[in-house]
This record gives sequence, C-alpha cells and structure tokens, in this order.
Amino acid sequence: MSVALANYIALSAVIFMIGAAGVVLRRNPLVMLMAIELMWNAANLAFVAYARASMNNAGHIFAFLVITVAAAEAAIGLAIVVIVFRRAEFVDVDEVSVLKG
Amino acid sequence: MILFWFLALAVVASAVFVVTAKRPVYSVVGLLANFAALAIMYLTLSAEFLAVIQIIVYSGAILMLFLFVIALLSSGVRPFSVGPDRLPRVLVPLSLFGIVALGGLLFVIALNPSAAGTSNASGAPLGPPGQANVFGSVADFGKVLFTTYLLPFEATAFILMIAVIGVIALAGDVDPIPPKARRRK
Repeated sequence: MSVALANYIALSAVIFMIGAAGVVLRRNPLVMLMAIELMWNAANLAFVAYARASMNNAGHIFAFLVITVAAAEAAIGLAIVVIVFRRAEFVDVDEVSVLKG
Repeated sequence: MILFWFLALAVVASAVFVVTAKRPVYSVVGLLANFAALAIMYLTLSAEFLAVIQIIVYSGAILMLFLFVIALLSSGVRPFSVGPDRLPRVLVPLSLFGIVALGGLLFVIALNPSAAGTSNASGAPLGPPGQANVFGSVADFGKVLFTTYLLPFEATAFILMIAVIGVIALAGDVDPIPPKARRRK
C-alpha cells in the first residue's frame, strides 16, 4: 500500500477526538458508551497501522486484547445503565449522583 | 490510495453521525457503518483476523447488546428523554481544547520520523491473504497468540470472567437495591 503510516495515525487521532467530544457533550449514557467504543476503535486503528508499518504481530495481539476489554466494558456499562433506569425513570448522567456522598 | 481516502471519509462521517444523532438507534446504525469501514481498513492493513473479529465481535455482539438495551429501556411507558446536550455550556472551552489536542496530536505525528516511512525489518513477508507464514495471516496470529502472548491471553479470559460475574451480580435476578430504599412495587 502506498498510504503512509501518518495518514492512518492522523485518522486515528481524528476518530479519537470525535469520540472524546461525544463523551463530553452528550448526556445520553448509551451514546456516551458508543463514543467510548469509537475511542477504543481509534486506538485499535493506531495499533494495527503501527503493526503493519513495523511488520510485527504484537500490535495485532494488543488490538485483539483491546477488543476483548471493550466487550467487557460495554457489558458492564450497559448493565449499570439498566440498573439506573430500573430504579429511576430517567437516564441522564447528570442526575445519577447517588455515589456523591 | 483512493480506497484509503474513501474509507477514511466513511469512518469520519459515520463517527460524526454517531455522536450527533438524535436517537440512540441511529447512533447504533452509524456505529455499524463505522465498524464495517474500519474492518475493510484492517484488511488493507493485512490484519485479516482482526477484520473478521471486528465484524463478529463488535458488529455482531456489542452492537446487538446496545440494541437490546435500547429496546429494553424504551419499551416502557415512555421513551426515555434526556435534557438538552451540554453543547451550549461547554462549547467554547471544549472547542478550544479539541483544537489544541488535535493539533498537538497531528503535530507529533508529523514530527515523528518513524511515521514517515515503513521499515520492513523483521517478521514474515507480505503475501496473498489466507496463507500461512505471511504477515498478518490467521496462522501467524494464532501461533504468536498462543506462544509469546499466552499470558495476556489468559489474563483476557480472566477479565471476561470478572465481567460476566459483575454483570450477573449487577443486573441479575437478585435485586441489588436494599428493601429500605426500594420504592413501591
């Protein structure tokens, strides 16, 4: 491929910033979790691009581990969303302040 | 090269759609398009196994989980509605922060000499997909995963088990809310 590595890394940075903006801006916890998934994928793209550039399989392995941890994070995050919705009728992350003490 | 720019456009557009969509279901659809484009991009980077895993695990499992939760939450008496987003309050500091952070990232990328070219120093050669002893092939991936990186692999299994136990403990049949705090049924 004639695409330079910097293009992939720049694309990864752009996706990461879009995901970070989504986490900061949105109040819907589901959309926030999806924005976090976007950020995981940006990191994965950087891993795969660097693995391709250095011809080393370690990046692939780490991207695989990242996907697994992302699955665990999504499962637990969605379980927390379900609980919060079950005991209160709103899903707004600003209203969930039980643990504030 | 044209494929890369096409895919990059698709990825960025779908990512923006995910963040700005009105309803979470639309966000899920945008995320599906994003993951599909990223999987094709992984294929162009000769990461076959990760492309397939991206489709199966992300699009198949995680997005289905999101869809189930959306369906579960909005099947009640009313579709859950949240207040206005935080955009008016944090627009100026966030845009400043975003521009500075993105500019810094791109600056570092442009400065990094290792990002300029590719070094074909070590590893297996490139070749047609689907064959062993080729960089990024499934055979190579599996061999490395089960020899060199066996311990991280097992740690991943442990993390998944913890996640399963945690999800069952959180959202299982047992009510985590103490009876005192529970509202009328």
